[in-house]
Amino acid sequence: MYPSEYRYTKDHEWIKPDGDSASIGITDYAQGELGDVVFVELPKIGTQIKAGASFGTIESVKAVSELFAPVSGEVTETNPALHDAPETVNKDPHGAAWLIKIKMSDPKEPGALMDAAAYQAYISEKAKETSA
Amino acid sequence: MRYLPKSPSERQEMLAAIGANSIEDLFRSIPEKFRLRTPLALPGPLSEVEIIQYFQARAAENARGFTSFLGAGAYQHLRSVVADSLVQRGEFLTSYTPYQAEISQGTLAAIFEFQTLMCQLAGQEVANASMYDGSTALTEAVLMAQRLTGRQFVLVARSVHPEYRQVLATYARNLGIQIKEIGFTESGQLDRSALTKDDLARAAAVVVQSPNFFGTLEEIPALADAAHAESALLITSITETVSLGVVRPPAEADIVALEAQSFGVSPSYGGPYVGVIATREKFMRQMPGRLAGQTTDAEGRRGFVLTLATREQHIRREKATSNICTNEALYALVATIHLCLLGKEGLREMATQNLAKSRFAAGELEKIPGVRRAFSGPFFNEFTLEFPRSVKMINSALLREKIIGPLALGTHYPELTKRGVLCVTETVPRAEIERLAAAVRKVLETPV
Repeated sequence: MYPSEYRYTKDHEWIKPDGDSASIGITDYAQGELGDVVFVELPKIGTQIKAGASFGTIESVKAVSELFAPVSGEVTETNPALHDAPETVNKDPHGAAWLIKIKMSDPKEPGALMDAAAYQAYISEKAKETSA
Repeated sequence: MRYLPKSPSERQEMLAAIGANSIEDLFRSIPEKFRLRTPLALPGPLSEVEIIQYFQARAAENARGFTSFLGAGAYQHLRSVVADSLVQRGEFLTSYTPYQAEISQGTLAAIFEFQTLMCQLAGQEVANASMYDGSTALTEAVLMAQRLTGRQFVLVARSVHPEYRQVLATYARNLGIQIKEIGFTESGQLDRSALTKDDLARAAAVVVQSPNFFGTLEEIPALADAAHAESALLITSITETVSLGVVRPPAEADIVALEAQSFGVSPSYGGPYVGVIATREKFMRQMPGRLAGQTTDAEGRRGFVLTLATREQHIRREKATSNICTNEALYALVATIHLCLLGKEGLREMATQNLAKSRFAAGELEKIPGVRRAFSGPFFNEFTLEFPRSVKMINSALLREKIIGPLALGTHYPELTKRGVLCVTETVPRAEIERLAAAVRKVLETPV
């Protein structure tokens, strides 16, 4: 379910590092909580994003939520497919529905984030909190 | 539902729960010198009979039997009793904005019709479910342009309603938006030579009103071209929406801010008014307020939902698109019923009568020595005249004849003293226009 080569944040974003570059998206857990995604608002190419700060919004039928940057860097690409098919976020959150690609300020930054096992433990705790 | 206030024992229980001894304890943090220790100076309670008498007396203070030539943002038009009786039905009158929207299919269907009518009239692709009034709609349009362009500077025509400009200035002051006002020419239209390339290139929008405060129609396509050449937006405010019955819709504008009071809402003292924002579909997500949308339910039936509400204050808190969460649904409904009663032909007919009567009035008044039109540009039902004497002086004489005369422009434009804006709608009979002309002539012939 949660690819082992990705890193994860408590805000439910994933990052897939590739040398200096990285792709960023939201997790399967996040898309499930949001419900049907109807719009994704992404930054312009060249925008500097900052770890922990908002870089865009994602709108579902229920709410509009912030997208938080897992690491700092410069936006090099945004996913053009999401404009016409935002529901891709629900169908393939870890693959086709990547949101942005960035050039990282510090390629070591993702190392500090949760790995797949830690993230899965984190969300199962969340699930317990909700059911408690 | 009955409203049952809390009993003294419940109050004690609540106080105990938060660790306070008395209600007075809750106000202890307010320094004594700021506390009001005397009772409020309010009149005592009245019986039902006394209340009725009180309001009858207040109502009798209304100006009765006057003929008004005052427009300037509030317009007197024919209204049907049908709209009044329909909106007073309990289902409409008592309902607040539906937060649990989908159970109110009738309300949503009416809002959907309203939005459709506003789009058609404004020549735009999407219109919201209404806003407080035309001035806040205009201001929100500017904030939209700021978000869309990322620019903190706006060029605003001085011929935009002065009070609308005040509302905009109040918002802009604390949002770091810089405003530059652009003057007008002899035609009464925006002075396009004052729109410099440098200003446009850093402007979020050019803001005009058409017909403007002097009654003059602006050249929307040319202004849109000028703005778009430097990637600025064009915002058009329309305070007299009946003009849309004969004037081309401002389709070239990027955002249209309307005041729809002319559609069946009486120009009461202080409101209510009904604002609207209409825009291009691509700008929809930066539009404040909410939209009613048409959809199909699980069984394939036509239904309506509230969309974009996800971006409002009750959901997004401080990140909301706008901090206006209220619309004027009841007055949007009045406008919808009014327009449906008039129909396409009816609105055109109404607008045509405004054109004819205002031209007749301008002609009659211009025959008076010393009275002439102040601006040469095309007008709808309002026009500015220059008089040989102060407008306020003329108006006090007219009031004695039970005529409410022109709006004195000097109040808002020091350079335009002795000039007044007159409004002539379909409600004014020809004989009253002639009586106005005769009264003005008499005032001006009387030695000072």
